[in-house]
Amino acid sequence: MRKFTTRLTGLAALAVGVLLVSAPVISNGAAAERGRDGHVSIIYWQAPSILNPYLSGGTKDLEAASMILEPLARFDASGNLTPWLAVSVPTVANGGVSADLRTVTWKLREGLLWSDGSPVTAADVVFTAEYCRDPAGGCAQLAKFDDVTKVEALDDLTVKITFGVPKPYPYGPFVAATSPILQKAQFAACKGARAPECTEANFGPVGTGPFRVTEFRPNDVISLEANPNYRDPAKPAFATVTFKGGGDAAAAGRAVLATGEFDYAWNLQLAPEVLKGMQAAGKGTTVSSFGTLVERLVVNMTDPSPERGEARSTRAHPHPFLSDRAVRKALSMAIDRRLLVEIGYGQAGRPTCNVVPAPGIYASKANDDCLRQDIEGAKRLLDQAGWRPGADGVRQKDGVRLSILYQTSTNAVRQDFQALIKQWWSEIGVETELRNIDASVFFGGDPGSPDTYQKFFADIEMYANNFEGADPEPYLASWRCGNEPRPATQWQGENMPRYCSEAYDRLIAEMAMTGDISERARLAKAMNDLLVQDYALIPLVHRGRVSAHARSLGGVRLNTWDSEIWNIADWHRAR
Amino acid sequence: MPVYTVRRVLVAVPTLLLISLILFLLLDLAPGDPTAQLPLTIPPEVKENIRRALGLGEAIHVRYLLWLKQFFVNEPLHLLSQLTGLDLGGDRLRVISWQTRSPVVDLVIERMPQTLWVVGLSYVVGIAIGLPVGIVSARHQYGWFDQLGTFVSMVGFSVPTFFSGVLLIVVFSVELGWFPSIYDTTHRVTGWDSLLFQLRQMAMPVTVLALYNAAQISRFMRASALDNLTLDYVRTARAKGLSERKVIFVHVLRNAVGPVVTVVALGVPGIFGGAIITEQIFKVNGLGQLLITSIQASDLPTVQTLTFVFAILIVAFNLLADLLLGILDPRIRYD
Repeated sequence: MRKFTTRLTGLAALAVGVLLVSAPVISNGAAAERGRDGHVSIIYWQAPSILNPYLSGGTKDLEAASMILEPLARFDASGNLTPWLAVSVPTVANGGVSADLRTVTWKLREGLLWSDGSPVTAADVVFTAEYCRDPAGGCAQLAKFDDVTKVEALDDLTVKITFGVPKPYPYGPFVAATSPILQKAQFAACKGARAPECTEANFGPVGTGPFRVTEFRPNDVISLEANPNYRDPAKPAFATVTFKGGGDAAAAGRAVLATGEFDYAWNLQLAPEVLKGMQAAGKGTTVSSFGTLVERLVVNMTDPSPERGEARSTRAHPHPFLSDRAVRKALSMAIDRRLLVEIGYGQAGRPTCNVVPAPGIYASKANDDCLRQDIEGAKRLLDQAGWRPGADGVRQKDGVRLSILYQTSTNAVRQDFQALIKQWWSEIGVETELRNIDASVFFGGDPGSPDTYQKFFADIEMYANNFEGADPEPYLASWRCGNEPRPATQWQGENMPRYCSEAYDRLIAEMAMTGDISERARLAKAMNDLLVQDYALIPLVHRGRVSAHARSLGGVRLNTWDSEIWNIADWHRAR
Repeated sequence: MPVYTVRRVLVAVPTLLLISLILFLLLDLAPGDPTAQLPLTIPPEVKENIRRALGLGEAIHVRYLLWLKQFFVNEPLHLLSQLTGLDLGGDRLRVISWQTRSPVVDLVIERMPQTLWVVGLSYVVGIAIGLPVGIVSARHQYGWFDQLGTFVSMVGFSVPTFFSGVLLIVVFSVELGWFPSIYDTTHRVTGWDSLLFQLRQMAMPVTVLALYNAAQISRFMRASALDNLTLDYVRTARAKGLSERKVIFVHVLRNAVGPVVTVVALGVPGIFGGAIITEQIFKVNGLGQLLITSIQASDLPTVQTLTFVFAILIVAFNLLADLLLGILDPRIRYD
């Protein structure tokens, strides 16, 4: 009997011991379990149409797809390149990029699985390149593969990309949300002209990301669930996602900040006081972040007058008065950028004098004088240059009047800006006629339309532009002499101001041969300074992104360099 | 009547073809570009390549004939294959949306339920309110009920849905929290609870649209009933000593409802057109939202197909309205 009791006590002690030891393990297990936080709902006021980033360049589609498809490397919230499906980012220093800058070798992580359970191999990466480079496919990310001559698999996990020219910045292919890896097995029959026929694959790609699609309703809503084969067994914290699209920014903001129906709302381009009012409900909070988007005035250096006929807005005829740097500078000096930010963007903007405002190493500090409005200085400058006010108050010289046609796309904030700038310019004796054009026409690039921003049949135009990722080289190279839209190129080209400077072109050529990052930064700043000190471009506002999330949603790190929801695997319910 | 019907249907064929040509040309020649919404970071050569892949390189008459073939041959064949399970060439290329790269008809079918639920129901509710209100208003012209009805219809007519919709959201979603401000299109009715949720999420959009529909229909009904109430046959009926109920519901209503039926029937295609603004405000994402997003994205195949489907519906319901009138009013004989 006694023996039995001892045994019993021993057993009980053992049991307690097991419990004590295992208890923390169990609770840890529960805390780190995939799908533990249930459901998260996201609203984008532009609804995704397709989940294949190669068939759509639209931000809404890219970002929705970024929950499912992943690249080899991507930019983190501060714009640094971070390995994602790859083990590391190849550089010259670690031997991943060859010394002649013509090849780059990526190594995939081991043990990666697609959401259907099959292994991810280098063949998938090679296939992705073939898919996009097929000329009949109309791939929206084709520019990522510029100068690529060959993509080959060295072994199951190693991919080598060869470029036809030295690429000091080889991070175009397979980097960021714009260029993720597709599964070969799923898309093999969808290349080229067959791309649009693969509706099922385009609506539900098999990916490596934290979620997989359960239902896709184009231009409406996506339902997703946690990917059972995601590489981190503890992530994602959410079991299911609803990704709703449609409506407008105000409704999306309201659904997160005022009613709490949704957890995350994307890109709330709303008047500052509207956002403040919504936030008063205390249900959510706004987050903002700045990328490289700059709202700018583009100055037409060529004569847009209709009398020029075929040669209208081409370099054949310089602009009658905007070819005078003093006039361009005076136009810039008359603008109060701080007021523009306050009225148009609030938290989502800051005044800038640079076309390359970020990342930090590329941002020039040489132009900050323009942040202060100087109407008197502008008047003096015009006086000195010989532009004297006429009877109607408009300055003129040799029969040329300072009368400007100023165009932009139809958009409430842009029309406010136009009205303000017109007022400031009239104060310095410049007459302004305003014009706004529907965005789908203005940015449409139809060579038959006279109203596109490429044709630029106006003196000044305003829009915003940015560069992708964190390397400004292709962006700065767009202002190369000869890259201007003109009849011979069917009005294609990116050098809108028709800017032409030998010094600038030399810097472009130099940057194309420079691999060292600090040297590249110096060149980028020099080019930025040339552009803005020549007043071919007049930067106005560095525009950021404002999004909102519910107070109960943790882990959000807004990223303007890559997909905004790049780290959705880390999102969780804050307790 | 059958001869008349056949003749009308035959006339409808060239009409629809002409409509399709006009629609195609109008949309195609209008400014706009499917790559306009893409970020400026995508270079022009790539955009040109995308346009070519979409088939924009072809001449306009080639594209029109291709669209005709896709819409009138490939789509019906596909539908037949789906229905019968036989292979009737169902793998031919269908009308493909540029935005989603998927068949337009599938998009339309997917959008149909929420549009019919919300816009259709609001139409039914509008009729159910409008008809009795119109009759009672006419019976007691300038009475308090008529004055109230007139006032409410004026409000329903003149307050735009983008105002009344947002007003309802602010009051009932933001302040009171009774109804969701965003419509959940993935919601499925499986039991009482989910039905209740469906009713709650439909409440505001249906109210907004039903107010407008009821306003319109009640005015028509009132006017039509008033026209009849002063006629001799009503006086005769009353002189014979018929009850007021019998006078109104048997004699007046039968005669007065004719023009209203026409109006109601002609309004039905509008249901399928969706309610662009209301759908957008409540995020119902039905056919109206599909149309507006396609227009914004210059997704020509979708816009062409949708507008053409509307054209078919309008022609069909015109015919239906005429036939219905013939049945309701035996004096009208077409043959």
